[in-house]
Amino acid sequence: MIQDTAASKRSTQNLEEVDMMHKAKFVGLAAGLAAAVAFGTGSALAQDKKGAPAKKAAAAGGGEQFFPVLSYRTGAYAPNGIPFANGFLDYLKLVNARDGGINGVRITFEECETGYATDRGVECYERLKGKGPTGATLFHPLSTGITFAVTDKSFVDKIPIVTFGYGRADSVDGTVFGWNFPLGGTYWDAADMLVQHVGKISGGVDKLKGKKIALVYHDSPYGKEPIALLEERSRMHGYQLLLLPVTHPGVEQKATWLQIRQQRPDYVFLWGWGVMNSTSIKEAVATGYPRNQMYGVWWSGAEPDVTPAGDGAKGYNALTFLAPAGQGQVHKDIIKYVHDKGDATGKKEGFGEVLYNRGMVGAMMSVEAVRRAQIRHGRKPLTGEQVRWGLENLAIDQAAIKRLGFEGFMTPISTSCVDHRGDSEAGIHTWDGKQWVVQKGVRLVADQAIIRPMIRASAEKYAGEKKIVRRDCAKESQQ
Amino acid sequence: MFYRENGQFKSSYAADQQLLPILQDRVFMVALVAFAFVVVPLVVSDYVFLSLLIPFLILALAAIGLNLVVGYCGQISIGHAAFMAVGAYAAYNLVLRIPQLNFLIVLVLAGLVAAAVGMLFGIPSLRIKGLYLAVATLGAQFFMDWLFARVKWFTNYAHSGSVQTAPVELFGWSIDSPQEKYVFLLAVLILFTVIARNLVRGHIGRAWMAMRDMDVAAEVIGIRPVYAKLSAFAVSSFFVGVAGALWGFVHLGSWEPAAFNLTLSLNLLFMIIIGGMGSILGSFFGAAFIVVLPIVLNQLPQFLGIPMSTAMISHLEFMIFGALIVFFLIVEPHGLARLWAIGKEKLRLWPFPH
Repeated sequence: MIQDTAASKRSTQNLEEVDMMHKAKFVGLAAGLAAAVAFGTGSALAQDKKGAPAKKAAAAGGGEQFFPVLSYRTGAYAPNGIPFANGFLDYLKLVNARDGGINGVRITFEECETGYATDRGVECYERLKGKGPTGATLFHPLSTGITFAVTDKSFVDKIPIVTFGYGRADSVDGTVFGWNFPLGGTYWDAADMLVQHVGKISGGVDKLKGKKIALVYHDSPYGKEPIALLEERSRMHGYQLLLLPVTHPGVEQKATWLQIRQQRPDYVFLWGWGVMNSTSIKEAVATGYPRNQMYGVWWSGAEPDVTPAGDGAKGYNALTFLAPAGQGQVHKDIIKYVHDKGDATGKKEGFGEVLYNRGMVGAMMSVEAVRRAQIRHGRKPLTGEQVRWGLENLAIDQAAIKRLGFEGFMTPISTSCVDHRGDSEAGIHTWDGKQWVVQKGVRLVADQAIIRPMIRASAEKYAGEKKIVRRDCAKESQQ
Repeated sequence: MFYRENGQFKSSYAADQQLLPILQDRVFMVALVAFAFVVVPLVVSDYVFLSLLIPFLILALAAIGLNLVVGYCGQISIGHAAFMAVGAYAAYNLVLRIPQLNFLIVLVLAGLVAAAVGMLFGIPSLRIKGLYLAVATLGAQFFMDWLFARVKWFTNYAHSGSVQTAPVELFGWSIDSPQEKYVFLLAVLILFTVIARNLVRGHIGRAWMAMRDMDVAAEVIGIRPVYAKLSAFAVSSFFVGVAGALWGFVHLGSWEPAAFNLTLSLNLLFMIIIGGMGSILGSFFGAAFIVVLPIVLNQLPQFLGIPMSTAMISHLEFMIFGALIVFFLIVEPHGLARLWAIGKEKLRLWPFPH
């Protein structure tokens, strides 16, 4: 009985969607025929695709939850994109193979290659947002540029954009950015942590006065995000900030490192991605800049970043966000349920490496968000709008982390309607020539007293430019 | 048989000089415009609008603009994305600083700003030509990239250099659904196409073409190179500036300076080379080729039901796309527009071709 109503609800929902798509009363008139003939890639096929899984779902009983996966396995950022995507997909496969889905709702997914290019990423977003019986669950754009572009669309499409450890720093404010979830930390947090860390090494942040900190950054929204915070901190502590942009894809950095050779900064913060990271480290070797004075953001501290530089990378440090390298209980499960069944994603590239694990954590938080949302909306395929409730009420505590097999790979996180980031905490790890070693006793927490007013001001500006009405979280929680 | 003009006598200058002198062409064009305005918004899905049609319409406008200076006036430019950027940032700043301005006025003003900048960067064309000029226009590209990335005033001091815009509003009509965007852009494009068609067959266009075919000869018959070349740059940049403003406001909604980088400049140039230099129609063909084909290729394996990794599909997409460009250039160096013209010639003679 319950299943029947669920199925019928879904089908009416489909009809509604189709109706909305055309925005016209007389869709039936020749529409199907013309669409099939003139626009083979268009609506007719999209409708078929929407219809088919719904039927299958009704037969299986539990239904299907669709996860779009934007990945990049080609181009300058592929060395970092591949392990992340593998980890993400392997975990989704594990949930299906081990648990039979999320409370019986099976996971389906589809990959789309963005090449880290914003226009293709937006195209992928449009392509995947309507698939599956209930549409896309949530998106991991995996690029700050794509995040900026799809943030605008999220208000209309009502699909959450999860950007854990990247994305817009001001999107922490859930009352303006209703659909963005920079879970676990933003670049402002990361920059703040790094300044605190080098301050501690120098004997207190006040000792930073007169020192020079160089930021070598990818000249894109990703690389530019931390600048605002570093400038704010520079005003507070009096260090000199050198901004050294590197243009995409980042293989040409001779001029940048010439400046570093001339200026001799006390610390270099590296905000790179893909081949840019390894090039920076190689250039540091060539310039003779000590690697142990270099600190990367959490996206500049994985195996593909250091291995091309060989021994030269020894001593290089980076923030380690939620998941360091290594293997735990969940990896054993993945080997048992996914890899041994011959279902591994790709060629098992990067298994147990930093980015693979981070991809896995990303998938896990997404799955947990759906599980959480099921408590409120029932054990059935959920729409993006329903999943948002799960993301806003995420509560992954230490016990849950242990139960899920992620012990040691992430810190507890809990979110709310107002705070879309949750808790942010990171450590520092150092490359010893063979592997990443986490520095003992270093736990960094960003100073929210500095960041909160910045978030408020920036979100206010965005709301003004976009003419967005703030959400009333207190009112929504009463419903 | 169907495409024959016997019996269509022109008895006045006006009839002889109209844009589409052949009846069949007029009927076809009216039907096409009616189809684009009425049928397409009803049958096409949001995905096709947002990923294919809207980028196609805007880039077709930009390609027409570039074609005016490269195809008609013979002045090669590989910096036209820079003028798109000028248009986009000019529109952004106008909307930001004078919010009560109507968007149509913003578009025109943005186009004028781009035209002024285009004329400035067109000055070298008075002394140098060919590849040397191409390199000089590259300077425009790099300068604008630098300007919008580094001078914070243009981006309203945004943290990451990325700017946002609110949905476009015209006389209380908020253009935010894909269908509305499409209809609005289509109207703008048709307007500009008609303007461009009339410009190139008038005395201005003839001056440009004379300049392109042989500048010394043109000068001898009384065409002033300063006027001809700079007007080509100005009009071209105006078109491209409007396209840039539309690209930012209607298509992207929020963008970073990299949205108007060298790749876009080169893509625009490829559009007119593949579509047909010195042909308005060719700009449409070229834009369709560059915008739509890669996306169709990317989805082809899935529609055919061939299981393939996304990386493999991407590699194949690049290879096939590249191969097709080479193929079309070898088969018809004058572009797809020329293929279309040949098809029309054949139709006229059909069924007795000679």
